[in-house]
Amino acid sequence: MTDLLSLTALEAHEAMVAGDLGAEEYTAAWREAAGGDELNAYLWRDEGGKEAAAIAVERDCVAPIAVKDIFTTEGVPTTAGSRILEGYRPPYTSSAVRKLVEAGAPILGKTNMDEFAMGSSNENSAYGPVLNPWDRERVPGGSSGGSAAVVAGGLAPWAIGTDTGGSIRQPAAFCGIVGLKPTYGAISRYGMIAFASSLDQCGPLTRTVSDAALLLGILQGKDPCDSTSVGIEGGIALPGREDLSGLRFGVPAELRGDDYDSDVRAVFEKTLRKIEELGGEVAEVSLPSSEHGISAYYVIAPAEASSNLARYDGVRYGMRAGGDGDLVEMYEATRSEGFGPEVKRRIMLGTYALSSGYYEAYYGQAQKVRTRIAEDFSGAFGTVDFVVTPTAPSVAFGLGEKTDDPLAMYLNDFFTVPMSLAGIPAISIPAGLAEPEGGGTRLPVGFQIASPAFSEQKLLDAAYALEQGIGFDARPGGADA
Amino acid sequence: MPELEAVIGLEIHVQLATKTKMFCGCELSFGDEPNVHTCPICLAHPGVLPVPNEQAIRYALQIGLALGCEIAPRSIFHRKNYFYPDSPKAYQISQYDIPICGAGRLGDVRIHRAHLEEDAAKMVHVGSSGRIHGSGASLVDFNRGGTPLVEIVTEPDLRGAPEAAEWARLLRETVRQLGVSDVNMEEGSLRVDANVSVRPAGSEELGTKTELKNMNSFRFLQRGVEAELARQRELVEAGGTVEQETLHFDPASGSLTSLRSKEEAHDYRYFPEPDLVSLAPTEEMLREARESLPELPAARIERYKAIGVPADVALTLATDPRTAGYFENVVEAAGGIEPRVLANWVTGELAAALRQAEVDGGAADSRVSPGAMAALVRMVGEKKISHGSAKIVLAAMVLEGGDPEPIVEREGLAQMSDSGELEAIVEQAMADNPDAVARVREGNDKAIGAIVGAVMRETKGRADGGEVNRLLRERL
Repeated sequence: MTDLLSLTALEAHEAMVAGDLGAEEYTAAWREAAGGDELNAYLWRDEGGKEAAAIAVERDCVAPIAVKDIFTTEGVPTTAGSRILEGYRPPYTSSAVRKLVEAGAPILGKTNMDEFAMGSSNENSAYGPVLNPWDRERVPGGSSGGSAAVVAGGLAPWAIGTDTGGSIRQPAAFCGIVGLKPTYGAISRYGMIAFASSLDQCGPLTRTVSDAALLLGILQGKDPCDSTSVGIEGGIALPGREDLSGLRFGVPAELRGDDYDSDVRAVFEKTLRKIEELGGEVAEVSLPSSEHGISAYYVIAPAEASSNLARYDGVRYGMRAGGDGDLVEMYEATRSEGFGPEVKRRIMLGTYALSSGYYEAYYGQAQKVRTRIAEDFSGAFGTVDFVVTPTAPSVAFGLGEKTDDPLAMYLNDFFTVPMSLAGIPAISIPAGLAEPEGGGTRLPVGFQIASPAFSEQKLLDAAYALEQGIGFDARPGGADA
Repeated sequence: MPELEAVIGLEIHVQLATKTKMFCGCELSFGDEPNVHTCPICLAHPGVLPVPNEQAIRYALQIGLALGCEIAPRSIFHRKNYFYPDSPKAYQISQYDIPICGAGRLGDVRIHRAHLEEDAAKMVHVGSSGRIHGSGASLVDFNRGGTPLVEIVTEPDLRGAPEAAEWARLLRETVRQLGVSDVNMEEGSLRVDANVSVRPAGSEELGTKTELKNMNSFRFLQRGVEAELARQRELVEAGGTVEQETLHFDPASGSLTSLRSKEEAHDYRYFPEPDLVSLAPTEEMLREARESLPELPAARIERYKAIGVPADVALTLATDPRTAGYFENVVEAAGGIEPRVLANWVTGELAAALRQAEVDGGAADSRVSPGAMAALVRMVGEKKISHGSAKIVLAAMVLEGGDPEPIVEREGLAQMSDSGELEAIVEQAMADNPDAVARVREGNDKAIGAIVGAVMRETKGRADGGEVNRLLRERL
């Protein structure tokens, strides 16, 4: 059984296609493993009941998958980590899940997340925080914390999540796995509960770069239900690059500051040397506007969220409170009781930013910064193939450590937000372990690689070569690499 | 105090007659069971996304071109945010600073813009008043929610209530002839709001305006605007000032009540809709829209006036393109006869004959061919039959079709061409009506009618009235 679970999703898929692996046996083993969730990572699991009939696969031939609870699944509870959607069973299935099911990937379950994907620690879930499988006193990152934890913790072979400002990459880094945020428009957003529509993107959380490529290949494509979807021309092939010769990696001067964990920086610098060992070239690039990324992001994302979340009003579905009073009273009671504090904070921020008289000063300015950041990247890609940074400024922090300090929490996204604003793809791969500040179990450090829009194939090829070169094989609770 | 001038602008919502809604695949309907034409998208379930209806875009282009608007190469959808149960997303997808159609003109009124948006759901407030205040419960019917709308906004170019109603009629006719909407005001597929203000005549500045809603007929539009103008004039003449507010017109009482004041106005927090890309009509879409435009009422009116058709008759014809087409065929068949005369016959006597005979449909569908109609008018012009006889012939043509000549023959209605015979009848009539003759000779000109009547009776209408008059006057 352990052997089955040690296969990567790609290995399992190839074995199933070759007839060397019984799909039912393999899926059953994973269902059993998922049943042992001690991390609070699953909000719902498929236990063979009828409720999952609408998302059942015809024939298993792809590894079963865990799905962030932000993707709608017909008849299956979908909460987005929020009390306001408790008990909600959508009448339709998201395009991403539909594609997985059509490809033959059984859905193992729905994973816990920060409420409406707002958070960097998973502590904003209405259903309790997810624990980091490396150290259960620590957060798994967020908002796709459940999806990262199930993959790292042996509760699923792979998973999908969503990334708005780093919500795939940062938890992947904190949990020592691979997380890819594709180009905006690569994968349909239909049925992906909106946080910030111009930034949200679905993507894979996997053990290996090859698994990420396989999953992206299944998910990507233009969808008639999503006007902003484009797909990736030519699709995605499995990566096979052996070295990095001829490739230039740019380190942004503005994102190389001294104000983050020295151990994280040590792993980052070591990875740069590894790139050079593999024949790649490391150069400095300038992204002058990127340091304003966080400021712009925390205007644009809450602004869109304030509008996207206005539909949760207790009228048509989900939770309703104060239904005996008048309309405004019902709205207020439902939204006061249904949303958690961070969601309310962002709704208020966003409402303010869009208000008449403040729009230009906040939303207008933020959009200008966004354009500048995108131009910065275009400029950088004129001289380098990739831009690289640490994925997060620290390793996984302790539960409760930053919950009282929203700004400290927001700074977790410092390295990941610029790529989101530019709409370009970025991958986080595990690069090594580092001791957290204050000591304790050594924890994974992520290395982020970004590339021009729709160049996922090139990105995955390079990430694969680097992954092989690094040879990261540490596991939660196991020996250091 | 100088006279106060009315300044009126209109905002017109046109429901497009597409098969499906603006952003989802639900069918459009009117009068169906509530909430049967809904889906996760138009009910705003979590995670859904809008996909624009291409037919609605094509219709909006047709409206824009018909109104002479500049078409934006790339227009943008915005979200208009507000909480109300008729808006399940809590925002309406509309257009804001870059609408699909920019400045244009219809008749004497400049168009400010025309944009695409989606309709709200229908609210039914249970209770006596039918309005939300005082009602015990409100029901929402999402069938209408998401219906494609084009909102047309005029410049404040109208100067009176009757002008506003008349222009709104022209707009409705224009949109109707495009075939893009049912334009039914009672059913709400055409909704007209008015922005009304007054200012001293000759002033260039605009006064504070009020917005009038819920005028669901042209008559109510006129009455509502009249009432509001009267209120504002009285207020201003008494030294008061107009407050900016939205007013609700009550058709039953004809009165206006305040819906909300300026302080209560919403902050809609418009921002670009991130779920949609910009709307860029292709060359093919523009060409098709241009080619599909029929000749529109305003152009038709101008063309008919130019060939001598009186303005009111031109308007009647322009609002009925099939009859107008028929009229043009008659003009062609009639050769040199003045179009003015032919237009009067088509819109007057022929229309009356069709009504009289209770024939369904207009002139174009009738048994009277354009050639036969032209022949009849020519016979009158050549004095082969009298006007009165022609009406008798036309009544027969409406029923049996065919040319006028055989009917004239059969009914013995040919005008008396032998003036000797007519002279004899005239002299006999004078002899039979000595009193009338005496009174005419005393200067009472009207008394001649009795003698003419006698001649007409004797000739069964075949005599030419003008000729009879001439003969009588020679003898009196």
